[in-house]
Amino acid sequence: MSDIEKVYPAGLAGEIERPIPNPGIEPHRLRMTDKSEKHARTAEKQISAMFLVSVIGAFIAIWGFVAFPINDGDLSATRNNTLWMGVGMALSLFGIGFGAVHWAKTLMPDAEVSEPRHQARSPDESRAAAVEIIKMADGESGFSRRKLIRRSLYGALAVFPVPAIVIFGDLGPVVGDSLKNTMWREGVRLTKDPTGIPIKASEVTIGSVFHVIPEGLSDLDHKLEEKAKAAVLLVRVNPSDLNEDPAKAGWSYDGIVAYSKICTHVGCPVSLYEQHTHHLLCPCHQSTFDLANHCEVIFGPASRALPQLPIAVDAEGYLIAQRDFDQPVGPSFWDMRK
Amino acid sequence: MKSEKPMRRRPWAAGFVIFLGLVLSGGGYAAATNVVQADASSPAQVDEGRKLFLANCSTCHGSNGEGAIGGPSLIDVGAASVDFQVGTGRMPGQGSGPQLYKKPVQFTEPQIAAMAAYVASLAPGPAIPTEEMLRTDGNATHGGELFRINCAMCHNAVGAGGALTQGKFAPKLQGVTEKHIYEAMVTGPQNMPVFNDANLTPEDKKDIITFLKYVEENDSVGGFELGSIGPVAEGLFVWIFGLGFIIAITVWLGAKSN
Repeated sequence: MSDIEKVYPAGLAGEIERPIPNPGIEPHRLRMTDKSEKHARTAEKQISAMFLVSVIGAFIAIWGFVAFPINDGDLSATRNNTLWMGVGMALSLFGIGFGAVHWAKTLMPDAEVSEPRHQARSPDESRAAAVEIIKMADGESGFSRRKLIRRSLYGALAVFPVPAIVIFGDLGPVVGDSLKNTMWREGVRLTKDPTGIPIKASEVTIGSVFHVIPEGLSDLDHKLEEKAKAAVLLVRVNPSDLNEDPAKAGWSYDGIVAYSKICTHVGCPVSLYEQHTHHLLCPCHQSTFDLANHCEVIFGPASRALPQLPIAVDAEGYLIAQRDFDQPVGPSFWDMRK
Repeated sequence: MKSEKPMRRRPWAAGFVIFLGLVLSGGGYAAATNVVQADASSPAQVDEGRKLFLANCSTCHGSNGEGAIGGPSLIDVGAASVDFQVGTGRMPGQGSGPQLYKKPVQFTEPQIAAMAAYVASLAPGPAIPTEEMLRTDGNATHGGELFRINCAMCHNAVGAGGALTQGKFAPKLQGVTEKHIYEAMVTGPQNMPVFNDANLTPEDKKDIITFLKYVEENDSVGGFELGSIGPVAEGLFVWIFGLGFIIAITVWLGAKSN
């Protein structure tokens, strides 16, 4: 054991016995522009060429603005206007920048110099003087002596930030149960997006897809908030292709099924429907739902089948909802089943 | 109207009147199932179409278009379906796979018309749209809204196309003729859903086609489209070229002049 034991000196654990000597400043290497007047003149011309490019760029920007005036109805003019203004202004700015850097690198002195930093600690006299000033201020203001003022100031400082916390309450309305229900009610007609024209069951032929909103959605003040929850995809498939849950057999009408369009993963609209495979694909993360099989997830990150909207037909032949969805639409959340 | 000829004497007027009459009298059901035109083709054309069908299509679609192993039934698919599938070269199919590709058209216009007439004679189905229905003078703004609601999720916001499941894809719509766009909407080729006249009225379809032709023929306001395939391509471009440029400048700034 004794051969591996070693007595280390007190102090820093990483003390190095033979530190690497300070290499000093690396030897100065002359540039071609220092050695040859010809090269210096070339660099000079290059720098002024870059500044000239900047001037040309500015004129290109002005020309773009004048030659392609933005006017209504001609979008290609807008494109040329922004393109040439952008190119011109970029050339103008980069010309100055590149020229300045090239100037500094080739012609300005580049001798390496060392400039030692001063100590961070102030001299002792300055520190003592600062302590004197604080003591004098304390004495004159009576901060230590007048307890009432001091404590009430502490109180004020503690309460002062409270309004900043209270205003967080204004970030939005309390969610309540708005995540759990949508506009769909018994008897609400299924209408076409965006026109709001009601849909007859006879109009939905096999292989058709209708993008559906509830009747009256367009009359609402906050229609986008309601649409984000109530959007539905209506499809008619051959009834023999449809594998329905016996408990939900009355939810479809003669092969017409309606499912929420809001993905149960993160809420994108799932609307890429394939007529023959009956696959519904979400464009955001490729979650795939099997529409013929109660929209169960067959691929991708979604973890829950799309909620089905129970539908029926009214006396005039229009499709109506039987009631709201039986579960929240869109992404799952912790207390969604409550 | 430049011509002095009254509207009712135009060549298409008879067809249009028949079309209008059927739409009005047929009511909802007729509109929904797209039985839009009586079979106006001559028996000789149907006969010619039948011969072409037997020689080129019957192996997969059955000798009476009833369908067979490898090919669906063509009863009630209509003339529009034949005109689309054969007119874009997708049919005759080159081989089985997730999806049929567009390829050089294998038949002449009269041959396609004959086959379409034959298939249309089997059972009523969507007819080939008339010139009037395909004019691109509709409302592009309304068409754009309808396109974004009904089509853009698969075909991309300006019709650049996109991927679907298991090797299938929605083809790009740039460069597709107005007639073929219309026929695709009304027949739902392959895995595309059907957009019948109750869902998107002929006027709506015209607006959609107007929108597609508008975005195809006008430059993008925002500069180069990079294929219009969205934020991934644009992001990749910025990451490679934008960031590459910044790194190159940084290296240049730090390097000593020689």
